[in-house]
Amino acid sequence: MYRKKGKFTGEGVIPYSGEGSTVTIEGAAVCTQTGCAYTGNEAVAYAAKQCNVDVVSAYPITPQTIIVERFSEYVANGEVDTKFLAVESEHSAMSACVGASLGGARVFTSTASQGLALMHEVLYLASGLRCPIVMAVVNRALSAPINIHGDQSDMMGSRDCGWIQLFAENAQESYDLTIQAFKIAEDKGVHLPVSVNLDGFTVSHATESMKACADEDVHKFLPPRESLFKVDPTTPISVGGMALPEYYYEFKRQQEEALQLSKLFVNRVGKEYGKMTGRRYGYLRTYGLEDADAAVISLGSTCGNVRSVARTLRAKGKKVGAIKLWMYRPFPREELFSAIKDLKALAVMDRAISFGAPQGALCSDIAATLLNTGSDIKILNMIYGLGGRDIPPSTINTVFTDTLRAAKTGKVKERINYLDVRE
Amino acid sequence: MVVLKDLTKEELYAPGHRLCAGCGPSISIRMALKAARGPIAAVNATGCVEVSTTIFPYTAWRIPWIHALFENTAAVASGLEYAYDALEKRGARKGKVDIIAIGGDGGTFDIGIQALSGMLERGHDIVYLCYDNEAYMNTGIQRSGATPRGAATTTTPAGRVIPGKREWKKDFAGICAAHGISYVATASIGFFSDYMDKMKKAIEVDGPAVIHVLTPCPLGWRSNPADTIKLAKVAVQTGLFPIYEVINGKYKMSMKPGTLLPIEEYFKLQGRFSHLLKPELKDELEAIKKGAEANYKRILGLAGEPVTTQ
Repeated sequence: MYRKKGKFTGEGVIPYSGEGSTVTIEGAAVCTQTGCAYTGNEAVAYAAKQCNVDVVSAYPITPQTIIVERFSEYVANGEVDTKFLAVESEHSAMSACVGASLGGARVFTSTASQGLALMHEVLYLASGLRCPIVMAVVNRALSAPINIHGDQSDMMGSRDCGWIQLFAENAQESYDLTIQAFKIAEDKGVHLPVSVNLDGFTVSHATESMKACADEDVHKFLPPRESLFKVDPTTPISVGGMALPEYYYEFKRQQEEALQLSKLFVNRVGKEYGKMTGRRYGYLRTYGLEDADAAVISLGSTCGNVRSVARTLRAKGKKVGAIKLWMYRPFPREELFSAIKDLKALAVMDRAISFGAPQGALCSDIAATLLNTGSDIKILNMIYGLGGRDIPPSTINTVFTDTLRAAKTGKVKERINYLDVRE
Repeated sequence: MVVLKDLTKEELYAPGHRLCAGCGPSISIRMALKAARGPIAAVNATGCVEVSTTIFPYTAWRIPWIHALFENTAAVASGLEYAYDALEKRGARKGKVDIIAIGGDGGTFDIGIQALSGMLERGHDIVYLCYDNEAYMNTGIQRSGATPRGAATTTTPAGRVIPGKREWKKDFAGICAAHGISYVATASIGFFSDYMDKMKKAIEVDGPAVIHVLTPCPLGWRSNPADTIKLAKVAVQTGLFPIYEVINGKYKMSMKPGTLLPIEEYFKLQGRFSHLLKPELKDELEAIKKGAEANYKRILGLAGEPVTTQ
């Protein structure tokens, strides 16, 4: 059963049509939505509220704290039935999530930076025990030196932990992806944890206009959790026993198969959500790739800047494009390749250093995607925005200029470019 | 009081697991589950009991059971308790489940104490059972915060200069009681009736309760497997491991042993203390005697008993 491979149909690659973010889906009965203004953090808290979470277990850390505070207010005001567990560390936050999830509950938490690092071993436990936990990660730099601002070092340090990892560009996507995350995680064909990543401050603290669904539409989209198995006296199972060399490898192999297969569900849920809201999600979103020679790929809030600069350049007749990766794990290899295969050059934006590695983490994944394909796309790796350093349009403009030059000359000057840093 | 003939014949902890002959922790688990009042679920820290009872594809547990990590047992149990509550609230499950969190002394005194402190402070309705074999036995007998002074372990060997562990055993029951919880007890598998009575009380308490049970380890203590129960008794009778309850902050001795046995009676049964019986270490032996006596008197004092060891 684990050998069943999803056939690649080009699904999950969603092109931008026109200027707006709405994808028109034929036959879609788009639900009534309310316009509102939320920060990314508030959008996540509001989504979790509408998802009727059974247990929230969390610990405060900047810039995630507001998610926990908002949710505490919902609890204190009786707006939710959720059992809120304010624990004494992130390690315990994720541990309590594992316990609650194994008990059959719908579970949510959120963290950032050092908190995610402290959870590290528990992240592997959550995926290994197949706990469909949803966690918002408000991406922030890691110590030392201490810094509370945005970059993606935290999640990149946990990229091999067996979670489905989604990245949101703005408050709207933070809201949309949180709702979808529960549906993906809890599907009996998935049963894996999902993280929804939003950039610290840039998304978490910026108030944006967005649309929210009515409670009853979310409830219809996401019925209460029904677990494939649970730790309950009615079914006295042992969970988390010891697997020696005769069995351990099979467990891990099956876990990897489950994570790879989960992408089919990510796309299916993205389509279903699109039918409900008019906002279709998938693995990645492309802009201008139909005729582009040079493109820039990024994760999270930077995607908006990249697209905006690309639009300006295209108006001037430059053949450029942009790619936003919504789903980082499992890595959508075939779909990404189909989107980029006709490019001459691609700049990869990494908002984290993978210390001692040949490239940034995203760039390594893209290099691996091109491996043995015969592709001659020139790859430029851009490290940027560490510790919350701003990434202005002028910098993105330089990235496009360099990428266009590489597309034209077929030459890449620097293996890694550290953008806007004093050296 | 629990008497032998009233004990349930139901074995929720099945035979056939791979713990050692004469394993004290194993005995403590079997007894604890026989004290259950109804549906029960366990969360078990990494340690001897966990690794030896659930080697895939086997399990010795006839109750729902989770092993998560070494230090997070109390937190996982907290989450499980909240899940049962939340599911009951939305009508997805019915009926009370007694949750017990089980950890060895390393997983409890040392690496797991933060999660435990959080669980106690938050007031979860969970029984935390610490089976104390006084060192990290599963990894090969390393010292823990529960290892008594003088004991030789692989990280506190009885060397030519340093005669075993230099530090005293942590006052674990005192730490738990300081959280203001309503029930804490120390117990010994040498006195099964007292231990199981305490388990029953702990389960009945509405809120967190802690049982700290002494469980000799023939491998780590270098003792005869047939002496496990005897050792568990002598530890109490020498005053080295006083058994008592702390009910709503009030200490109560479980046993007044009258005249304490000399601690040599306890030490001579075990290899880990054998160096202390050599004449050249008589000062260290004296220091341990004094310390043990002071601790015993401290507990007597807290319990409002006449402070005497005679």
